[in-house]
Amino acid sequence: MSFFLIVTLVKIALVFAVFMTTLAYLQWVERKVLAHIQSRTGPLRVGPHGLLQPLADVFKLLTKEDLMPPHANKFFYLLAPFIAVSLALVSISVIPFGPEVSVWGGKTFMEIGGLNVGILFILAVGAISVYGIALAGWSSNNKYSLMGGLRSSAQMISYELPFTLVIVSPLLLANTLSFRGIADSQAGYYWDFIPRWSIFQLPFPQIFGFIVFMIAGFAETNRIPFDLPEAENELVAGFHTEYSSMKFACFFMAEYANMVTIACVATTLFLGSWHPLFPAPYSDWVPSLVFVGAALWLFLQSGKIGRKGDHITFPLFGIAALGFAVIFAIPFLQTYLVPIFWFASKAGFILFTYIWIRGTLPRFRYDQLMHFAWTFLFPCALINLLLTALMVALFPEQK
Amino acid sequence: MDSILFIIAAVAAIGCGLNLVLQKHPISSALSLIGVMSSLALLYLLLGAEFIAMAQMIVYGGAVMVLFIFVIMLLNAGAEKRSDKSLFAQIAGFPLLAVLVVLLAFLIRETPFPSKISQVQFGSWVPGGSAEAIGMQLFSKFLYPFEVVSVLILIAILGAVVLARKEID
Repeated sequence: MSFFLIVTLVKIALVFAVFMTTLAYLQWVERKVLAHIQSRTGPLRVGPHGLLQPLADVFKLLTKEDLMPPHANKFFYLLAPFIAVSLALVSISVIPFGPEVSVWGGKTFMEIGGLNVGILFILAVGAISVYGIALAGWSSNNKYSLMGGLRSSAQMISYELPFTLVIVSPLLLANTLSFRGIADSQAGYYWDFIPRWSIFQLPFPQIFGFIVFMIAGFAETNRIPFDLPEAENELVAGFHTEYSSMKFACFFMAEYANMVTIACVATTLFLGSWHPLFPAPYSDWVPSLVFVGAALWLFLQSGKIGRKGDHITFPLFGIAALGFAVIFAIPFLQTYLVPIFWFASKAGFILFTYIWIRGTLPRFRYDQLMHFAWTFLFPCALINLLLTALMVALFPEQK
Repeated sequence: MDSILFIIAAVAAIGCGLNLVLQKHPISSALSLIGVMSSLALLYLLLGAEFIAMAQMIVYGGAVMVLFIFVIMLLNAGAEKRSDKSLFAQIAGFPLLAVLVVLLAFLIRETPFPSKISQVQFGSWVPGGSAEAIGMQLFSKFLYPFEVVSVLILIAILGAVVLARKEID
């Protein structure tokens, strides 16, 4: 077996394990954050602070009765969740998480497969994944499902336009279509302290484009405030009304996987991928400091009177955080872990924003949604693209 | 390896094409068409034209076919019913088919084959399939057709606006 094959298999296994764990725990984080926004406690019963809740949910979904509606079109009814989940999981494979590193005497990139049209691959997969939802809505033979499926396809087609247009601007700045090239083009600092991330880059402040991208990304993933396809008060549960058990879990997983993918793409395109916020000798120690701070906070909190068991779990979590701090301080491991820490913290911030907005904003009305896409977001993306193109053409040396 | 992938993609394309015609339900036919588009994208990728492959998936596999499916779902079209064959098809069907097959065979026999036939190989498309190469071709050699097509699209957009415009009182 060649070096390339072994390394690729190991990378696939690693990314898959981390990705699946993230998907499971993202739901726990979402429930906790939402609960705290609304002055509740969230999941608390299964494990300390509800930490084993995702595991319990998986068992619940696996053991539930698998219903098949009698009037559904069986083939398409079964095909739809398969399309949704497989396409949602495949797009993570082109995202780079770190620079080129050496393992076992060879060199490899920290990604599964680097395409030189990576960004187009993400767009192509996104374009195809509409079918999962549309088919689910249609094949269930239920008017709520059909309405949800139709709404979703209309919404995804409409928002794909500003989404695609706004992606072009950072591509113009980076002058490449591959994710690795885009990430590499954002290395370095202006005057040694402002990072050359796309949102800070000079021709035109891309922060505008970043906001448009995030709004369109919310709509592409059918999240609040754009979750019209599954609006409970109008459509029961939208396109997945008739799905139960693992088939429902597939749609659920697909939604969260799409969220993670959008967060990763936003990180790579606009937020400088794995490049740290400030130059290297100092930024390498940030992860350790963060974990030491977390440990201190946990130790302090354990002294206060909390719920039963907190005086045991808080110090334990604190010791775990100290352990992470030590791991991140080992120079040999730093080359692998520090880029991943920066990438994960940026993507994590975007995912937190997703949840934050879910806890804050109400849902759009359907006509408002379409009006917003076509008469506001689309012109914004177009103007951003034209200005960026003009500035890149006028000042090619500042790129 | 290359020829195995080629055979898989080609067989998939032909199979999906046949399925497209044979299926009774419009959604099944539309999905088969998506299968054809995806297999074609695979063939493009096999030639090393990665940009065209992805554009094929985004434009044809995604945008165009979503519109097809959308319309089929909106009209809620059911499975089509077999009508009795028309008199013209009953009488002239097989003779016309035979003529077509003979014509095709004749054309294939008469076409001069290139002197050196090589197997399909990865990335054997000469101008190269990168976005850069295609952009250079579009804006230098094919600038005129490119601009004409954009005017054509503009006309189509204007037509759509005129048709969809609400009457102003």
